[in-house]
Amino acid sequence: MVDKDICILVVDDFSTMRRLIKRILKELELTNIIEADNGVAAWERINEQQVDLVVCDWNMPTMTGLDLLEKLRADERFTQLPFIMVTAEGKKESVIEATKKGVTGYITKPFNAKDLERKLKTVFNE
Amino acid sequence: MNSKLIQPFIEATQNVVRIMTDLELSAGTPYLKKDKAAKGDLSGVLGMTGDFNGTLSVSFTEAGILQIVSGMFGERIEQLDDEIHDAAGELTNMISGQARRNLETMGISLEAAIPTVIQGKCHMIKHITSAPTVAVDFRLRTGGEFTVELCLEGPR
Repeated sequence: MVDKDICILVVDDFSTMRRLIKRILKELELTNIIEADNGVAAWERINEQQVDLVVCDWNMPTMTGLDLLEKLRADERFTQLPFIMVTAEGKKESVIEATKKGVTGYITKPFNAKDLERKLKTVFNE
Repeated sequence: MNSKLIQPFIEATQNVVRIMTDLELSAGTPYLKKDKAAKGDLSGVLGMTGDFNGTLSVSFTEAGILQIVSGMFGERIEQLDDEIHDAAGELTNMISGQARRNLETMGISLEAAIPTVIQGKCHMIKHITSAPTVAVDFRLRTGGEFTVELCLEGPR
């Protein structure tokens, strides 16, 4: 399984989803979790401290998940930062768009601990 | 509204609640709902456009939403607060997303807006078209109910 000490940034404008994702991550014994409620706040957090994985909602005000992904990939420090996009949409066009922008993984709501664990294994090539 | 359109929403609702909470639930028989009074205390409402235009609403009784959110968070939640309010919107969003994915396999494309949430005893749900509203009542095995209403006009 993934290194338990990695720092995971959970980004979602809804506190409910942040809480839910944190609960699922804790079920997977991943407890080093920080949060942001939009893309701008997430960008600040990533610049302030070491982040090893971003789990980010697509649809957010101020800066969407896709905008954050694009900003990260345009910065040479973050081109390899693992980034999992979370969304209720599962349309092919959306997946293609996110892949083109450099997303590492894509998970569709609803999901449970098993689904996220599977995705983490893929993202970290385990 | 074509009656086959409700089935993907029934399946999506069952799937979302089971995956997010592990709670068992049963769906009633779809029926035409003629009044605008919400059956629950808290409702998520979301507009949809595309091959059909209309609205999806998910109206939770207090007991229903508290049980679902308790299941989602893995701890007992006893009071309606802002987080429960958000959860009603997020659940509506997830049901819509999954149902629309199912509809895509039937060749029907729908886009959804961001859900709004209405709270209060005896609130009204105003669907944006005059098409008939089809409703389905859901009951959680542990008690607590909620109702999904679908009002779609079309096809375009």
